[in-house]
Amino acid sequence: MSIGKLSTGPTVLFLASLLIGLIISSMTSGLLAQSVIGTGDATDSVLVEVPGVAPATSLVAEEHKYDNGNSIDLYWVPSIDDQPEGGLVRAYHLYRSDNEAEATKIAELLPGANQYRDETVTPDNKYVYHIIAISDGASAKSIKTAPISPHREWLNYDKKYLFLIALIISAAVIFFVETAKRGKKLFIRKIAGLEAIDDAVGRATEMGRPILFIPGILDMDDVQTLAGLTILGRISRVIADYDCKIYAPVSRSLVMTAARETIKASYQAAGRPDAYSDDMVTYMTDEQFGYVAAVDGVMVRERPATVFLLGAFFAESLILAETGNSVGAIQIAGTARPAQLPFFIAACDFTLIGEELFAASAYLSGEPMQLGSLKGQDIGKAIAMVVIVAGVFAITIGEAWDVGFMHDLVRWLSDIFSTK
Amino acid sequence: MEHLGLWVAAFLTLGIYSFLYRDNPWYKLSEAIFIGISAGYWVVTLFWDNFYGKFWVGHGEDPWLWVGAVLGFLMLLRLVPKIGWISRWPLSFIVGATAGLWMMNYFSSNIMLQVKDTIMPLFGSGYTASAYDIVGNIVVAVGTFSGLVYFFFSKEHKGAFGATAKVGIWFIMITFGASFGYTVMSRMSLLIGRMDFLFSDWLGLIK
Repeated sequence: MSIGKLSTGPTVLFLASLLIGLIISSMTSGLLAQSVIGTGDATDSVLVEVPGVAPATSLVAEEHKYDNGNSIDLYWVPSIDDQPEGGLVRAYHLYRSDNEAEATKIAELLPGANQYRDETVTPDNKYVYHIIAISDGASAKSIKTAPISPHREWLNYDKKYLFLIALIISAAVIFFVETAKRGKKLFIRKIAGLEAIDDAVGRATEMGRPILFIPGILDMDDVQTLAGLTILGRISRVIADYDCKIYAPVSRSLVMTAARETIKASYQAAGRPDAYSDDMVTYMTDEQFGYVAAVDGVMVRERPATVFLLGAFFAESLILAETGNSVGAIQIAGTARPAQLPFFIAACDFTLIGEELFAASAYLSGEPMQLGSLKGQDIGKAIAMVVIVAGVFAITIGEAWDVGFMHDLVRWLSDIFSTK
Repeated sequence: MEHLGLWVAAFLTLGIYSFLYRDNPWYKLSEAIFIGISAGYWVVTLFWDNFYGKFWVGHGEDPWLWVGAVLGFLMLLRLVPKIGWISRWPLSFIVGATAGLWMMNYFSSNIMLQVKDTIMPLFGSGYTASAYDIVGNIVVAVGTFSGLVYFFFSKEHKGAFGATAKVGIWFIMITFGASFGYTVMSRMSLLIGRMDFLFSDWLGLIK
């Protein structure tokens, strides 16, 4: 298996897992699985337990909108004796009755409080609330709210625009994937650095020195690692053709497995399965700087002619790049970590900046799936560019000449692109 | 015992720093100890936290744990050559589920909010922001737009499009320059931490 070319079984599982991941993501981010709005009405009333202080009034319990049914919002008007200067209220005690049981105190709030979110409720249970204003030697209880029962809701309509735009981009991706599958050539501009891969491998072959591939320090659950391994597939194919040596020390066991599968598939595709060895990829340690010490040692002892640093990097980026530079290796790096890119730009020969890393795998593999995905994402960027120009134009004109419909347009755009 | 630990830690710290001179046996020893201990530490941690803590003590009460256990077991089938191909299934599951999980998060934060926060007025009679803020707004709007142009892969960087992309890469490089300086300073804190250990904890020269 290579990351770029999955066999049928894993491909089906991949797609199924992708769907599961999307559903879970949507549920946790609130796209699905939220709640129906319910209101526990309460009318103003006074139930003074110990005279001497007025109670809070207008206590209202509302189910929190679009959650998993595990929170209830409470609002009230503070006691008229709750004043910043010389007020009698010292605190509010909030009580809750669960399923008609005796009420228990769930919160103590400071004077001036007029709302509270109860996040300790269970879906479908019935709750009744009341609040007591506490003074020195006196207290006053508000009326109870009507029973309220939080529920889980399946759709979060706050996310409708997010869903719509994701749908448009997904449709664009599918359209371009199908277009590429029909054999139509999709244009992708040249990416500096990728053109150098063949030269870098050729240089290592001529010098009789190995190639070092470092896929970052994160696991297979990071998209940068996936992109790095996809590029590894292409690089190892060239290496197999050139009969050069590759070595990939990794810091995660799953990455080791995936990297071995990727290189093995490339060697098989090149018709040289016998030249492949599991020793091409070795696990070092999960510990960040332990891994750095190991890779630095490999660099100075093996003296690779070419070093690829493609994946997710952190504080180790400059140490690795500088060591590679010191042994005279040509270095091609790429990461989407903004804080590490400056180091790669300073110490490496070629650097894939941010999304170029992801585009590189599509550019190199030429596979319809990846090319279509890249083109679809470009549609998303085009939409973003148009909205930015239109939005900035509208808000500037609106502010300069107070044009009403420009303000409306800005509000509309902000509403669409806000994600609650 | 505490003193012995300090001396070992100092010996290994200096051994790692000796790499600044050149590769040498002291560095190789420190490197091997570092790698071996850290790899062993992770194995022990994962074993006690996951296998022992969740299955031996916790009896795997959460049914989702068993999904992970089955996937983990399938990974181990790599050790059996004839059915080693099964280990690709959990790998595919991890890759696919991760892509799905992160897609909406990235989409929300990296696209939607970025676009929304870029929509700011460049000037205006009723706009009360300071000149400093307005310059900031222009930098954000122009920088974001031209940056997007640079990362647009479906069109060759030629003509006006290419010029805009060049503006974008200038913005990116200036940002990287600032980031470089900032990050170097944070790296200095790592060095200071080790120096503090050597001169304070070990040698006691700094009180």
